[in-house]
Amino acid sequence: MVSTSFFTALDRIFFLLRDWLVGFLPVALRPAAGVLLGVIAIVAVFPGFFALTTVFERKGLGRMQNRLGPNRVGPFGFFQPVADGIKALTKEDVVPYRSDRIVHFLAPLVLVVTVFLGFAVLPMGRNMVLADMDAGLLFFFAMGAATELSIFMAGWSSHNKYSLLGAMRGIAQMISYEVVLLLSAVSVVMIGGSLSLSKIVEAQNSYSGVFPHWYIFTPWGFAGFVVFAIAATAETNRSPFDLPEGESELVAGYHTEYSGFKFALFFLGEYLAMFSISGLGTTLFLGGWSAPLSFFDFVPSWIWFFGKVMLSIFVFIWMRGTLPRLRQDQLMNFAWKFVLPFTLLNLFVTALWRFLGEGWLRWAVCSAILVAAWALMGRVGMRRKHFGPRSYRYAE
Amino acid sequence: MLGEGILKGMAETAKNFFGSYVSKERLTTVEYPEERVPAAENARAFPFLVYDGPDWQAGLRCVSCQICEKECPPKCILIEKSKDKKPDYVGKPQFYPVRFDIDLSVCMSCQICVEVCPFDAIKMNTEFALATDDRFGGLLFSREKLAKSNEYYHSIHPTEAAEVDARLAEEKAKVEAKAKAAAEAAAAKAAVSASPAEGGN
Repeated sequence: MVSTSFFTALDRIFFLLRDWLVGFLPVALRPAAGVLLGVIAIVAVFPGFFALTTVFERKGLGRMQNRLGPNRVGPFGFFQPVADGIKALTKEDVVPYRSDRIVHFLAPLVLVVTVFLGFAVLPMGRNMVLADMDAGLLFFFAMGAATELSIFMAGWSSHNKYSLLGAMRGIAQMISYEVVLLLSAVSVVMIGGSLSLSKIVEAQNSYSGVFPHWYIFTPWGFAGFVVFAIAATAETNRSPFDLPEGESELVAGYHTEYSGFKFALFFLGEYLAMFSISGLGTTLFLGGWSAPLSFFDFVPSWIWFFGKVMLSIFVFIWMRGTLPRLRQDQLMNFAWKFVLPFTLLNLFVTALWRFLGEGWLRWAVCSAILVAAWALMGRVGMRRKHFGPRSYRYAE
Repeated sequence: MLGEGILKGMAETAKNFFGSYVSKERLTTVEYPEERVPAAENARAFPFLVYDGPDWQAGLRCVSCQICEKECPPKCILIEKSKDKKPDYVGKPQFYPVRFDIDLSVCMSCQICVEVCPFDAIKMNTEFALATDDRFGGLLFSREKLAKSNEYYHSIHPTEAAEVDARLAEEKAKVEAKAKAAAEAAAAKAAVSASPAEGGN
């Protein structure tokens, strides 16, 4: 009895902490102060994660390439982000002479602000959601789409060909994959019956025996998760879809002309987008804050949420350590000829799943359709084109 | 099926990731300032002067012939010849450099000085970390800094140094044999010149 109340308290620790802190204020101010504290917590915690992730990413990537990674600053190099932060803060802030100064200044701010707004609707634990909107998913995607604006602002205002090319690539890529991202989330909405992210988590928070009813453990959910992961990687400009900032071609893409802390803000925005999209993927397909096995239910819900997000981040880093960058035409072909038709088919399969009723039949039918489609479309749609030798009419 | 290659690749990187914590052979990184890879035998950075024996001033092989100074393409060597002479390794009196400067900021490591030296007195060092905070004097190396013992030469270029030692020993033996022969001839001559005098008396 004592232990259950302890774990309940641990599950609610952030609420208890907030109520204790707010208790010092007059009653009239308490609701506003509570919301403010929630905002401060999000704004403080995720950049902290960002700092940790940069050092773990560099060390992990190093190990994947049989290198050591950073190990100079502090024990095992764990203070590397501190050194990087000081460096970014003390660097000169260079603004190109012919740039559009106001837009150039606003672009990193818009990026970080919109990305932070996405966190507002993510349920990070039982009842731990800053703004429990009825259309939280819609709000999240609206904020995700707004980051594209900031990328084009950066690319256009810099008055630099690399920035502009990077921004154009970024826009083309992000809009193409935005479609896929939305459509893969739609199948969850079809089954869950709600756009509210907390309701979607609730729908997955039940167990058959010890196994959870996460959407990833259904054929359509698994296919949807794979497609979602691909689209999320492209949305956050992570390798292998990091064309907008391909160092070998475009210097640094849309943030070529940013230095010092503005560059750090872009970097922060990129990682925060990665966290938020991982959080969304966790919420939609991996059961959000619910425990993976029913008897682990006593562990605080926020630990599960952050654990799942960290796992997704690790997969992001793992993919970055494995895959080379795509070419622009490969990227577009993949989006429009393979991923998008497959996602549309997945919507159909989701509807089948819904109307075939309980039983083994829907498992067999849905899995067969998806596997066959994946194999067939992969073979036909992604067939390599063999061009013959080039012939030149005039330049011979 | 689409994606097989990606899974294979990810298995490979996962193997690297965990393997690098288990087997030391995977990590080929040498953490430079603390650890160093020994320089290859044929490595060369900048020239140094070889001396024999314990005292660098007495044992310096350089006889101040100034061939290297004249041959040096970027003209980074400055030699001042001595007025007096000191015995070299075979005992023959030779000049020696009272001043031998190499400006390493000018030197281009071409090794021509080494190739032209008839006395095996100048050789290439393998020490490359010579950064200094003194912009003008820091890389102007004088005799004291340039002089390195023959043992050091053996330690950095063992094969080459053994060849040089063999050649020098051979030359020394030749000179000694010649001196001996000359001494014998002189003795014989003395004996011959002594006997007629004896006969004359």
